[in-house]
Amino acid sequence: MRISTLPAILCSAGLVLGTSLVLSGAPAPASLPDDDQTIGHVLNRTGFGARPGDIERVRAMGLERYIDEQLHPERLADPDVERRVAGMTTLKMSARQIAEEFEIPQIQARRARQASAKNGDKDDDKRPATAQPDPEMQRRANGPLIELSEQKILRAVYSTRQLQEVLVDFWFNHFNVDARKGADRFMLTDYEREAIRPHVLGKFRDLVEATAKSPAMLFYLDNWMSADPNGPHIERQARAVRGPFGRSFLVEPQQAARQNKNAPKGLNENYGRELMELHTLGVDGGYTQKDVTEVARAFTGWTIQNPRMGGSYRFEPRLHDPGQKVVLGQVIKAGGDESDGERVLDMLARHPSTARFIATKLVRRFVADTPPAALVDRAAVRFTETGGDLREVTRAILTSPEFFAADAYRAKVKTPFEFIVSAVRATAAEIEDARPLVRQVQEQGMPLYQCQPPTGYKDSADAWVNTGALVSRMNFALALASNKLRGVAVSETPSSASAIVSGGLSEPTRATIAKATSAPQVAALTLGSPEFQRR
Amino acid sequence: MQSRRVFLKNGAFALVSLGFAPSFVARTAYAQGRARAKQLVTIFQRGAVDGLSVIVPFGDSDYYRARPSIAIARPGEKGDAAVAAVDLDGFFGFNPRLRALKPFWDQRALAIVHACGSPDSTRSHFDAQDYMETATPGVKSTPDGWLNRYLRAREDDSRGRDAAGAGSPFRAVSLTPQLPRMLQGSAPALAMNQIGQFGIRGGAGADGVGASFEAQYAAAADRVLGGTGRDAFDAMKMLKVADPSRYQPENDADYPRTPFGQALRQIAQLTKADVGLEVAFADVGGWDTHVNQGSSQGQLANRLDDFARGIAALVTDLGSRMADTVILTMSEFGRAVNENGNRGTDHGHGNAMMAIGGGVHGGKVYGRWPGLSLEQRHERRDLAITTDFRDVFSEVVVRHMGVRDAQPIFPGYAIDQRRFPGLFG
Repeated sequence: MRISTLPAILCSAGLVLGTSLVLSGAPAPASLPDDDQTIGHVLNRTGFGARPGDIERVRAMGLERYIDEQLHPERLADPDVERRVAGMTTLKMSARQIAEEFEIPQIQARRARQASAKNGDKDDDKRPATAQPDPEMQRRANGPLIELSEQKILRAVYSTRQLQEVLVDFWFNHFNVDARKGADRFMLTDYEREAIRPHVLGKFRDLVEATAKSPAMLFYLDNWMSADPNGPHIERQARAVRGPFGRSFLVEPQQAARQNKNAPKGLNENYGRELMELHTLGVDGGYTQKDVTEVARAFTGWTIQNPRMGGSYRFEPRLHDPGQKVVLGQVIKAGGDESDGERVLDMLARHPSTARFIATKLVRRFVADTPPAALVDRAAVRFTETGGDLREVTRAILTSPEFFAADAYRAKVKTPFEFIVSAVRATAAEIEDARPLVRQVQEQGMPLYQCQPPTGYKDSADAWVNTGALVSRMNFALALASNKLRGVAVSETPSSASAIVSGGLSEPTRATIAKATSAPQVAALTLGSPEFQRR
Repeated sequence: MQSRRVFLKNGAFALVSLGFAPSFVARTAYAQGRARAKQLVTIFQRGAVDGLSVIVPFGDSDYYRARPSIAIARPGEKGDAAVAAVDLDGFFGFNPRLRALKPFWDQRALAIVHACGSPDSTRSHFDAQDYMETATPGVKSTPDGWLNRYLRAREDDSRGRDAAGAGSPFRAVSLTPQLPRMLQGSAPALAMNQIGQFGIRGGAGADGVGASFEAQYAAAADRVLGGTGRDAFDAMKMLKVADPSRYQPENDADYPRTPFGQALRQIAQLTKADVGLEVAFADVGGWDTHVNQGSSQGQLANRLDDFARGIAALVTDLGSRMADTVILTMSEFGRAVNENGNRGTDHGHGNAMMAIGGGVHGGKVYGRWPGLSLEQRHERRDLAITTDFRDVFSEVVVRHMGVRDAQPIFPGYAIDQRRFPGLFG
């Protein structure tokens, strides 16, 4: 990689900036350069890469203004994306509507299958078909998740609010929920739209509470079924939780035993642990197993109203452990009910370990796999002094000298999602059907909304660089550039590498491109090159 | 033509002698010059197979009381051997549709661990598979799978240089569309549905582009991407020479024409190509038999037929190579002891695992049998667990794969050889 002289200038500007930061506490960036490489860098990091014409447009308005504009997505019109997702009806549906239209018919069909098995031909060996779900029903039930995945691609490719889409991706991944866990596939539309998206540039405390109270997270990390193990009310409550529309009704004892197999039986620490380890303090954030248990006790009773009916969060006092809790050395008095959990969220959101953990992850996303320590320090300070204002923390990172430093340039390897979206943007491709792209992201090892562990996908190169993934990327580059990707049309193949990738190319990459015999070959060799795998 | 035959016959040595020697092939081929390295094939039965219908405790009368319509008959009981359990040791028997595996039991190459599983009592497929693949029951945030940690532990181990696949892109291969959680982590691992599709595609003209890509990555100053890119092109050439489409199994091995059978066939093919395959993974679904499970015939039996014939073909095909191979089967949990109202079974707890290989002390069912009476059951409902699955995993990586220190592979669990079931004596 060739390092131009401009980042060197930036570096020295950075030193000055760093000093002024210490003095004033608020960064006031010096005027930023406007060469292609710097603008390309900003577009790669604050968004999903440049489309043809973007560099000139940003140069005309100035980088400072562009970054500020991106930090205020509410001020940006986004008519193109709105038009493209307008026909996807599930995106606007409430969780309950989705459940009524997609989940409940599936449950009813399953009950019907079971009933027919019970009453049917006694020779079960001849009737295995009754046990098989209707494929059409199965396909239909995937509808909301497919539309959600399509909109993620469409927004990333076409939205004017590029930073917002980067942050929705980042924060969803931070508060990851896997669609494959039971009913979660019906809950993620609501989760992303209501719990994540509104808060990505808001207060961290609001974001963490929105996820804590989301049915998607309550179900994914089992808190909905966590209960005071000493509560005499467990059995009765178990039935109330699972009853339709919250009505209590008498259940035969043996029937109750069967229905209760997944019902609240006692304390479940999953959410308490991940809340501290993954959402706030970080694994080395200074909590103990005792704290995990105490936090789990505080959150007992945070459950879902009618879990199989698209129900929302509710606090259920009968599941709640009313006793005193001691979390991170602080006493939460007995009898706090729902406020116990809220007190815990207050404590965690204000904790210095949280500021540092969130700062580290954001700097890793925007700057480098190994986050520069000084920038992490400053971002953490910003987090604390603004009461966890994510817009200000993000701004501090995007205007920092480290962000513009020479060694941050192309320091990140794109994830499969970032690679595919940036390639579609670079070629100004028209997406007629986003589903083949959704499948491509999956084939490259990053199925959207289907990351199993609550850690989310890794944000470092080692997770994404392997032989199989590289071969997939080259094949994708070839298919896209030669216009062979179903559902995606490249009407004007860029005929030069510089139209696709800003900044320098290595000698071998240039040499192979120089030998290409057609525009699609030029585009394929550029999109599949080592340089384009980085951002 | 000649070179392909030579390759198939002699594997990587032939390539070296033909003057085509990608760097990792040389590394692995020379490693082969010493003792042949150990290999592990893991098979995951996703959906929670009913272990009580697979390895049938016909000697436990509670089994028949709990399952009036779906139990497998005692050996010899019904006259027709095809519907009764295949006697193994006078107490346990194979489901009759596991018949294809009986010869390996008789050769003492197949061992069973019954009443085995996770100390976590979740009945969620999702969570239980996660725990089995990370080998950290109850801990969801473990970033990597235990097989990946094995790969890393082997790299750190001074003896890891002798490992079959050190440095090969085929060291760990999953014959699945996605890399399973078990293989996810910082050590490289490859997921492939079809090994024949591993290459630059794109019809006419793709060859030229492929060569250009190769040149870009071969000369890249980018250390991370360049090194991986070079390995990728080496791997493509290797598979091209091996020509997966013309593979002929040996010893009349007959793989079922099912996705599972074809996955195992490709594992055999990669093994014989001597490309450094050390850990292979395949999975097979269809075990979630809540309704109309069947017994010696029906839904579950048909799945078992595919399962057993596939594994039997792999063992037969690998022939003498089984001396260095272990095939390990697992499923996230077992199913409730009592059959349900739909002649099926609901989610349970303990289950059976199988280990097959030349080094296995087979012909034996390991693990204490906890019994099936109500009081003996886990939560008065499911087969209890007397062997933690981590004791099986750790015995395999220590005694078969030869890892010196397995502790980093199983965080939060104290490895104790006295708890090993004793599969390898």
